[in-house]
Amino acid sequence: MGYRLDINGTVHEVDVPGEMPLLWVLRDELGLVGTKYGCGKGYCGACTVHLDGAAVRSCLLKVAGVGAAKIHTIEHIGTSATGERLQRAWLAIDVMQCGYCQAGQIMSACALLGRSASPSDAEINAAMSGNICRCGCYNRIRGAIRIAAGLKEEADHDA
Amino acid sequence: MTPEPLSRAARERRAVLKASLLAGGGLALDALIPLPASALAEARGETGAPAELSAFVAVAADGTVTIVSKNPEIGQGIKTSLPMIVAEELDCDWSQVRIAQADLDPARYGEQYAGGSTATTRDWLPMRQTGAAARAMLLQAAAQRWRVSATELTTARGHIFHRASRRALGYGEVASAAAALPPPDLAHLTLKDPSQFTLIGQRVVGIDSARIVRGAPIFGVDTRLPGMLYAVYEVAPACGGRLVKAHVEAARRAPGVKHVIPIVGNGDYDSGLADGVAILATHWWLANEARAQLAIEWDLSAARGHSSSVYRAQADAAIARGPQEDLRVDGDPAGQLAAAAKRVAARYDYPFIAHAPLEPQNCTARFSDGRLEIWAPSQTPQRGVAALEKALGIAPAKVTLHLTRSGGGFGRRLMNDYMIQAAAIARAVPGVAVQLIWSREDDMRRDYYRPAGWHSFEAGISERGELVAFTDHFVTFGDGKTTARAAGYNIAMPPAGLVPHLRYSQSMMPTVVNTGALRAPGSNALAFASQSFLDEVAYAAGTDLPRLMLALLGEPREIAAPANGVPFDTGRAGAVIARVLEICDWEQQPAGPQRAKGFAFYFSHRGYFAEVVEASVAGSEVTVHKVWVAGDIGSHIVNPMGAENQVRGAVIDGLAQALAGQAIEFVDGAAQQSNFHDFPLARMPLAPEIEIAWVRSARPPTGLGEPALPPVIPALTNAIFAATGTRVRSLPIRLHTA
Repeated sequence: MGYRLDINGTVHEVDVPGEMPLLWVLRDELGLVGTKYGCGKGYCGACTVHLDGAAVRSCLLKVAGVGAAKIHTIEHIGTSATGERLQRAWLAIDVMQCGYCQAGQIMSACALLGRSASPSDAEINAAMSGNICRCGCYNRIRGAIRIAAGLKEEADHDA
Repeated sequence: MTPEPLSRAARERRAVLKASLLAGGGLALDALIPLPASALAEARGETGAPAELSAFVAVAADGTVTIVSKNPEIGQGIKTSLPMIVAEELDCDWSQVRIAQADLDPARYGEQYAGGSTATTRDWLPMRQTGAAARAMLLQAAAQRWRVSATELTTARGHIFHRASRRALGYGEVASAAAALPPPDLAHLTLKDPSQFTLIGQRVVGIDSARIVRGAPIFGVDTRLPGMLYAVYEVAPACGGRLVKAHVEAARRAPGVKHVIPIVGNGDYDSGLADGVAILATHWWLANEARAQLAIEWDLSAARGHSSSVYRAQADAAIARGPQEDLRVDGDPAGQLAAAAKRVAARYDYPFIAHAPLEPQNCTARFSDGRLEIWAPSQTPQRGVAALEKALGIAPAKVTLHLTRSGGGFGRRLMNDYMIQAAAIARAVPGVAVQLIWSREDDMRRDYYRPAGWHSFEAGISERGELVAFTDHFVTFGDGKTTARAAGYNIAMPPAGLVPHLRYSQSMMPTVVNTGALRAPGSNALAFASQSFLDEVAYAAGTDLPRLMLALLGEPREIAAPANGVPFDTGRAGAVIARVLEICDWEQQPAGPQRAKGFAFYFSHRGYFAEVVEASVAGSEVTVHKVWVAGDIGSHIVNPMGAENQVRGAVIDGLAQALAGQAIEFVDGAAQQSNFHDFPLARMPLAPEIEIAWVRSARPPTGLGEPALPPVIPALTNAIFAATGTRVRSLPIRLHTA
């Protein structure tokens, strides 16, 4: 059955079962592979996308449930001012190791800054605790969010 | 810095530098350079590494420098740091550098491998020589053009200068001319004085980072080929299970499914092809959904009784019975224990744990006209190709393997089981590209687990509070002759060589569970057990662990390791211990109830690390407030940007192993954990502030993927004891509310 999806400002018609999670529509139907599969159960956040600006786990979101909502993915996030600031902050302190989770991290961070322009560390921890970084880049993820928010960076230099 | 002496074999094998004209103009330099003796010692081991390093650097007519990165990139940053070493000696501007990921090509690149924190150790000197050789050729070409002596020329940022005549040119302008020159003799090549380094030691952003933040398709799982089908591979629910009969008709009718293929493996469940049923569909989710339609009869008899509870009981019995074999006996440990003024005894244990890299195991394969093309995130692609031949009879010459970036490795991708499966599936559908992806549940249940282990320690302390005797009976897995993969002991482990009377002994029990190397293999568990027990010894002796360790280390000296292993330098160990005590202000215990600092030291993968954890305990909740790390991995930190990330990641990895509740339990050979809800990884709130100090000893730099991990776990358990008086002798940490 067919669905019309508004993804990154473009409407796509897809013919897939309504039960298929959005993640697999993005990856296997539309070739938007920046959004990652990590657990398939909403535990790790690697698949985070924006649904009308809110961070959601695309591995749990059935395509039939998307409706007219606007979807944004990592491929498009740099076109928003906040997304672009986050990408620059991520590179300024080179947040990543393997990098596999970082699309999801940036999407969650972007949603956080969308609702709280100057989050406290406690807010950052809470908002980001659904995103696993297996490499343990958490200090720098926190630091990059602070940089993007115009806050002071967490100490992250060697002695 | 004087180049290290070469081993005899390496001396006999002359360096080969091959210069050629780059297509479109420019210099292409292939270098095959014997490794220094010290690097060989490190590189020896699992793979029988070749005695030389191969590198490839090209300088194009427009000045662009291309450096081939031959090793797999798994998040350790090697794709950035090794080219930095070449670029340093080439003296080009980093912005001119392009890095190309090599395909697997052993004839050209030799060993292509990510594991054991070996690359920096092996490649430091040859990478410098490669860069210096290219620079020398460019200098010579410029000298000829200007009709001056090369000794009058200097270089900086990809340019050559003749100061006397105020002339300058870019590398690209003489690159084609350089290609026609004979390559220099490495023996007479001058390397930079390290005080002149302009790139090594700078904070350089990872070469793929800009693509990662945009979500560019660079991981194995992002491979897309025309007409590609997605596959899952259903295997037995318990280790070593065999396929009896597969009923596949219902799965064949499931939406999107194109093929359902039962595959009988080669009987080598450990490192070959396991029996299973492949489902191929238009979308991965549809293939995965169709698994519910499979009805498969398995023979699981081999795994019966292989349960964690049974292993625990067997370990108890083994400890009661006494060791099966001695691994090392120094002096008279039994006599000295009996005569000791004070004796301390304790048992320690730790569970199986999974690697769980965030990118699930996957591999893309296409089999056409007898040739196999593979796109794989693998730490050991060469071994993968060898395994393909063994399991499937596909000759290495018929295989093309593209290395993709890996979404984490941690040792899991040293094994290539997924690659063999993908190839077997692809061969069944010739001409069709197949992408095999394991579900997270597959990954959790089919790991090569960090093996569980049990230790029974005893120590004797003299009247004067000195440790005089130390024994450990290690119970591990094995067939009675050989320990299971990554389940061996380290007979050089401190306090061996530092205590006059010592016995390390072992017992083995069989297992069907596949085990394997996990980041800092062996050390990640041995450090916890030995450094926690030594903390008990220090406490009983009326001192603390850093003082005990410093007393044991004594005067700076090198202690030779058994079997030509890496020697242990007590001076380097003492220096990192002193440094961490200084930066954490050790004598100052933190204020607050049940809050304290704990210390541990460990030496692994050539790296010396001393770490202090400050933690507090409230009920059964442990909070880590800060971690201090002092490390010595040699004279230079090639890329501090990546190095600090490796250290913080290792610390957080260790804290998660201890605190997050990580344990894989088996019932009749079946792993009971399946995803991140019951095998938790670290999340952001766990990550404490981590302060790092480098001790730069005058040794060539060594690797950093692993050695920062082992000490953090005992530093944490020792902090918990200092805070509460409760010893943690079993991982994961589970404190009971009083």
